[in-house]
Amino acid sequence: MAERPRTLVEKIWDAHVVSSEPGAPSILAIDLHLVHEVTSPQAFTGLRERGAKVRKPGQTVATADHSIPTTDPSLPITDELARKQLVQIEENCREFGIPFHGKDCPTRGIVHVIGPELGLTQPGMTIVCGDSHTATHGAFGALAFGIGTSEIEMVLATQTLLQRKPKTFRVQIDGRLHPSVGAKDIILALIARIGVGGGTGHVFEFTGDAIRALSMEERMTVCNMSIEGGARAGLVAPDETTFAYLKGRKFAPQGAAWDEAVARWRKLPTEEGATYDKSIVIDGDKLEPMVTYGTNPGMGIGVTGRIPSAADVEPGDREELERALAYMGLEAGKSIAGQKLDVVFIGSCTNGRIEDMRAAASVLKGHHVAPGLRVLVVPGSQQVKKQAETEGLDSVFRAAGAEWRESGCSMCIAMNGDQLEPGQYGISTSNRNFQGRQGKGGRTFLASPLTAAASAITGVVTDPRTVTATPAVEAH
Amino acid sequence: MPEPFSTVTSRVISIPRANIDTDQICPARFLKITDKANLADALFFDWRFTPDGARRVPPSFIDEPHNAGRQIFLVGDNFGSGSSREHAPWALRAWGVRAIFSTSFADIFKGNALKNALLPIVVTPERHAALTALLAADPDGEWTVNLESQKVTLPGGDSFDFEIDLFARTMILAGTDEIGYVLSQLPAIEAWEAAHPARVETREGAAAK
Ligand code: SF4
Repeated sequence: MAERPRTLVEKIWDAHVVSSEPGAPSILAIDLHLVHEVTSPQAFTGLRERGAKVRKPGQTVATADHSIPTTDPSLPITDELARKQLVQIEENCREFGIPFHGKDCPTRGIVHVIGPELGLTQPGMTIVCGDSHTATHGAFGALAFGIGTSEIEMVLATQTLLQRKPKTFRVQIDGRLHPSVGAKDIILALIARIGVGGGTGHVFEFTGDAIRALSMEERMTVCNMSIEGGARAGLVAPDETTFAYLKGRKFAPQGAAWDEAVARWRKLPTEEGATYDKSIVIDGDKLEPMVTYGTNPGMGIGVTGRIPSAADVEPGDREELERALAYMGLEAGKSIAGQKLDVVFIGSCTNGRIEDMRAAASVLKGHHVAPGLRVLVVPGSQQVKKQAETEGLDSVFRAAGAEWRESGCSMCIAMNGDQLEPGQYGISTSNRNFQGRQGKGGRTFLASPLTAAASAITGVVTDPRTVTATPAVEAH
Repeated sequence: MPEPFSTVTSRVISIPRANIDTDQICPARFLKITDKANLADALFFDWRFTPDGARRVPPSFIDEPHNAGRQIFLVGDNFGSGSSREHAPWALRAWGVRAIFSTSFADIFKGNALKNALLPIVVTPERHAALTALLAADPDGEWTVNLESQKVTLPGGDSFDFEIDLFARTMILAGTDEIGYVLSQLPAIEAWEAAHPARVETREGAAAK
């Protein structure tokens, strides 16, 4: 009997529905639950109050990333609240039997960096975490999305969630990207096009030649910011690139189980003739390096563009634009390139992986950062840090006058002491430019690692195509 | 455990801004708490205080005396975008908010709000414009939101129906704990698991099946 062709998302959904009663959301089985220190404490308190256990500690994994300092790890943590939160995650994990990749663990890092790195993130899975950037894991063809603390408690207690089937939104990126245009530019361009609420109620599936040509790390960058376009999840169908990345990783299937898994994963991609609820096509050939000028990630333009004025936007958006430009202290009609900077931040779960470190180093090699500029390079995990040091990237950064730090979320969310001062301008490879996101009164330009590194040399927002990159390492 | 909730009658606060993100609703530095208490002060903190911690002059709308105790917000499109932090609905509830009207809400925020019996009420752009005009004309009128009848009653007696996730409605009206509801279906979950071996084993040494 011929079945209706299904999308990747539908296949994963169908394979995880435990039960669905009419009128009620489905009970969806969860394969992997990632936990970090900030959104979980109240969920563990809830578990304790109901006398419940963690049902599947072997499908749960925790780390500390948000409030952890990125300074010398041997120093005591001076922020009392952060210290308490870090003690608590450790205690909670011990009490409930959850494996914890903590402060002194060589596999610690930003939760969305270590999941893939350890091979825990695999195609076809349902993955959740109390964190909206859980969408990152969708790069492997997993249905991965952020949940709130009540839902964390639900997953801890039941290893399931009550969910309604999401709608699907195909994002097709055709063509070939310019070498200085990357994954970050794709996603910023998409959000600039559809707006920060454009994907609400949907999950993205990224398709097209430009997506297929991306490495796994680049796909993670694209999927990571799905939430910035309003979609809870963003997926790329698994292919040879996916399998090659996963093979041999610590928690990936081994031996016969690997072959069996790959055979299963090959059946996941969307079938010919399957339909999506929405779709958009973007021409990758025409994309430029992107930079945001405003206070949400949808306020982005090409780096050669001008800051919009009221006449450039819909009448309903004018007030928001004016408020954003007032906060940013920017003038409508001026070029975005050339805007002055105080800080450059290279890191986060969007762009804190080894390829991002290599990209930034390739630009900075042989240069010095602009006088008076503070440049922080924060690897996304301790493993990324180690790899970068093995390749000598840390020396490139230090020689250029940048700070090379321990891993963590750092200035992406400014919870750990790394932050912009009021009024300061920062160009950042992270994902959010909301008011105050990187420190009270701080002003953020979002961009790719190449753009951020090029800007570090000049001290102003700079088109990376105007700076020639040298390979940071001879061979790797 | 949640308490049953059905109706709120209150004056309304208008926040005519689109895309109010969770970093505005509850800035990240308030996420270091390990309980849910005291988040009322965190609500819209950076709108209320200058970067050096002084209360803004004139005060933000939220600190204006006549807005104290108002339990209903009328806000712009795409409210609650950004992070998954449930601290956002916690802060709103701690401040006293029970219902929010908008043309749309961010998905995760909406789910989190419903889990905390904070009603995200979606209205059409036309209705939103009419409500905004009504509020401008009658800033101190009381609106009633009735979850049971899914009806909003405006000052003067006009009313309209609203839609809300029916399952969430049932849970909120009865004060049912969702985790208890799912745990009552444990046999079905166990049966599913018996047929679907775990895909991963996160504990070292304990091999995945
Ligand atoms: S790096 Fe930023 S966005 Fe990513 S998990 Fe950390 S705080 Fe969230």
